[in-house]
Amino acid sequence: MTSKSTTQTIAFLVLRLCTAAILIAVFLLVGFLVWNGAPVMSLQFLIESPREGMTAGGVFPAIVGTFYLTLLTLLFALPLGVGAAIYLSEYADPRRRRTLYIIRTATVVLAGIPSIVYGLLGLGLFVLFLRLGFSLLSSALTLSFLTLPVIVSASEEALRTVPMSYREGALALGATKWQVVRDAVLPFATPGILTACVLGVARAAGETAPILLTGAAYFLPQLPHSVFQQFMALPFHIFILSTQSVDPRLTRPLQFGTVLVLLLLVLSLNTVAIVVRSRYRRKYRRVSG
Amino acid sequence: MTEAKIQTRGLNLWFGRKQVLENIDLDILANSVTAIMGPSGCGKSTFIRVLNRMNDITLGCRITGSVLIDNEDIYSPSTDVVKLRTRVGMVFQKPNPFPKSVYDNVAFGPRIQRRTSKKELDVIVEESLKGAALWDEVKDRLNDSALDLSGGQQQRLCIARALAVKPEVILMDEPCSALDPSATAKIEQLMAELKKKYTVVIVTHNMQQAARVSDYTAFLYVGKLVEYDLTDDIFENPKNRLTENYITGRFG
Repeated sequence: MTSKSTTQTIAFLVLRLCTAAILIAVFLLVGFLVWNGAPVMSLQFLIESPREGMTAGGVFPAIVGTFYLTLLTLLFALPLGVGAAIYLSEYADPRRRRTLYIIRTATVVLAGIPSIVYGLLGLGLFVLFLRLGFSLLSSALTLSFLTLPVIVSASEEALRTVPMSYREGALALGATKWQVVRDAVLPFATPGILTACVLGVARAAGETAPILLTGAAYFLPQLPHSVFQQFMALPFHIFILSTQSVDPRLTRPLQFGTVLVLLLLVLSLNTVAIVVRSRYRRKYRRVSG
Repeated sequence: MTEAKIQTRGLNLWFGRKQVLENIDLDILANSVTAIMGPSGCGKSTFIRVLNRMNDITLGCRITGSVLIDNEDIYSPSTDVVKLRTRVGMVFQKPNPFPKSVYDNVAFGPRIQRRTSKKELDVIVEESLKGAALWDEVKDRLNDSALDLSGGQQQRLCIARALAVKPEVILMDEPCSALDPSATAKIEQLMAELKKKYTVVIVTHNMQQAARVSDYTAFLYVGKLVEYDLTDDIFENPKNRLTENYITGRFG
């Protein structure tokens, strides 16, 4: 009897420690970043350009660059990803298991490809072959490929949570398949789809390797004013500050400040997405009950 | 006797290899309420879903025989299924209003059929809600979410939504199974009104309900039509042993 309860105590202790390890990792990471990054955080830091060979000044152009990049990525990835999700969830003939299996597997494979490979693809396809050059456009196209799997699978999920009874209700009123999708499925899946897209681009916003190869710049005196220009971006800026510094003592605090800005940006995107999603779930629980 | 609105002849239906309906010949008369009654799994829901071709969306569904509405075969290749469903409306077992306003729910059908002016739409919405005996309860809350209505109101809203596309036939698949007795009573009263303008077919596993609301009753058992007659005759004077056993509560 004692040995049984002792085993149980030990088992639970181990499980608790596993959970604690996760929490500790997060707190250490965030705490370390805040501790080191907070001192340089100021309005100045957010709205100034880097100065004196990146040893002073702020990260404004990198914030703007990341903002443009994220927006442009969303612009490409949203229609493509949502379109594919609608096809998979509403139109694809479920009897054609093989075809669907191949499409789904392709999505999973796409999700598993290392980001540097996307970078190389972007370099070969967009920058060189399509002659888009090192540019915002090339980078955004590359990143939209990278976010596509997230957007497709999460959007499909959102479409499937729309109760079947809505589809039947609309069909019984003489709606065509397209009208069912447009009027009885999409409006109710929209919050979920948007959440999916935000989660997708939040990941893209933090990527370094793909933009490094397709359009991110070390330093630019001006903000980009066309999609064919190069741009600065937060993750790449961090990479530069931490590897190409002329004086690490001066750049180290700036580097942590930049990391903190990127982290806050990505976290707030995720928070927005999660809040929207939980509201939406609550709303539909009433219906499907 | 009025003429037959719907006629099925030698109707067979399979889901995959399983035969669900077997050789059904049934005439459903216009401006009457016809109840399809039988124990769970006898194919009664499947049967009414044949009448507006809702089974088309079910995988592996195969049908032989003919189904005529106004003497036209609705399974002929030239049938426009979308148009058929505007002629044959349907109310489902569980109320399924869209998570939109009361107004938008009723306006859904007319809006997808054709361009309708706001004025026209207002008239249709009011008429349909009146037709479903719901107008007085919701006229001041047309812009409220349909999900805020009670279950019985939601089901009448679904009836109004079906009426708004001006159907000829209304199919009801156990429309009261999710409702309390007083909401059920309201829907049953409504059926008596509806049959003046429409042909109503209702599926129910509730014998009392069949007896109360219908003019004709069909008794289905494991995919076969056992008996079909005037409701009074079925309940007072059943000709088949199975029917008798069912209505006297020996199984069900």
